[in-house]
Amino acid sequence: MEITVLGRGCPRCESTVQRIKREAAELGVSVTVTKITDEVEIIKNGVMTTPAVKIAGKIVHAGGIPSIEAVRSWIK
Amino acid sequence: MLEIFTHLANWFTYHVLAIDKGTRLADAVHFFVEDTSKIFFLLALMIYILGFARSYVSPEKARSWLTGKTRMTGYILAAMLGAITPFCSCSSVPLFIAFLSAGIPLGVTMAFLITSPLVNEIIVVLMGNALGMKFMLAYVGTGIGLGIIGGLVIDWLKLDKWVEPYVWDIKMPEFSTAEEAGWKRRERYARREVIDIIKRIWPYILIGVGLGAGLHGFVPREWFLEHAGADNPFAVPLAALVGIPLYANAASIIPIAEVLMNKGVPVGTILTFIMSIVAISLPEMIILRKVLKPQLLLFFAGFLFVAFVVVGYLFNFIFGGL
Repeated sequence: MEITVLGRGCPRCESTVQRIKREAAELGVSVTVTKITDEVEIIKNGVMTTPAVKIAGKIVHAGGIPSIEAVRSWIK
Repeated sequence: MLEIFTHLANWFTYHVLAIDKGTRLADAVHFFVEDTSKIFFLLALMIYILGFARSYVSPEKARSWLTGKTRMTGYILAAMLGAITPFCSCSSVPLFIAFLSAGIPLGVTMAFLITSPLVNEIIVVLMGNALGMKFMLAYVGTGIGLGIIGGLVIDWLKLDKWVEPYVWDIKMPEFSTAEEAGWKRRERYARREVIDIIKRIWPYILIGVGLGAGLHGFVPREWFLEHAGADNPFAVPLAALVGIPLYANAASIIPIAEVLMNKGVPVGTILTFIMSIVAISLPEMIILRKVLKPQLLLFFAGFLFVAFVVVGYLFNFIFGGL
């Protein structure tokens, strides 16, 4: 599955990417993480606080590192 | 209520470690135990309470509340919302565009952006612990006041012309914010905030208080008093000039602030330094350059410089005896 992380590459965005990758590996799901770092692109996705996460065209999370439970619920 | 931490420090220093009372080591250990336990307790309490407030106010909600308000209500509300809403500084550009695209005036947007980094729980707890409740409230009031004044001035001078023109054309699609949380979820959110923030900043607190406890004899107090003491009239502008380009998060300021306070640097001077570090930095200005023309950036930095210097002198004048 494909997961997009929106954010300007701050430490929190990096942690979000790492967390998704780690949980995916743990659950044995193959996930490709893409990043959107351009602010204008981020805004056009309807997001104003980063890091945000987009799955299948829908914003599922915005404004902080998502919790492990949340990440797992997306991947499952 | 807070004596309990003195008792804890007494017990730990004189009974557990059995250090003789009155020695320098005992003083340092006592100070360290009392101050760290108190700061951790106050911080946890503060973040927990704020966590509840934050589960009601996200930047997304702040935006929808500020949409369509009259200007005066807008400045005051924006500064107050800024005080309780944190955002990662890397969100400042998306936030800026999102506010403007909702039709929120530039000044109101800037009021939010000015106050948000200035008033945050880490600084508030640190100040309250070191300098008392009155000083802390004065600081919070000042942070909110600066946001309101900054917003007013920017709109009054009609600085909209110094926003990059493309910003006005961006249409932001409506995005449904997180579902209304129940009481239980708010509680869990508040608890997680406490754990997250403390996990991030505990080393800074230990280092900060440790430095404060250990440095008593090392750097002579006179050195600080001579260079940044009340007798040096240029200490305040100098503090602002040094602090503005520097980037640091609130947590990493704790050690610096602890040392300065211990060395008898006047509170206004320390305040100017802390505010100028957290409010804006060179990296952040580079980020904001994407949406603001250089003129507005310069104006913004200049406004903050003047404001911080005035606040520094004012606090030195009012709280000079602390």
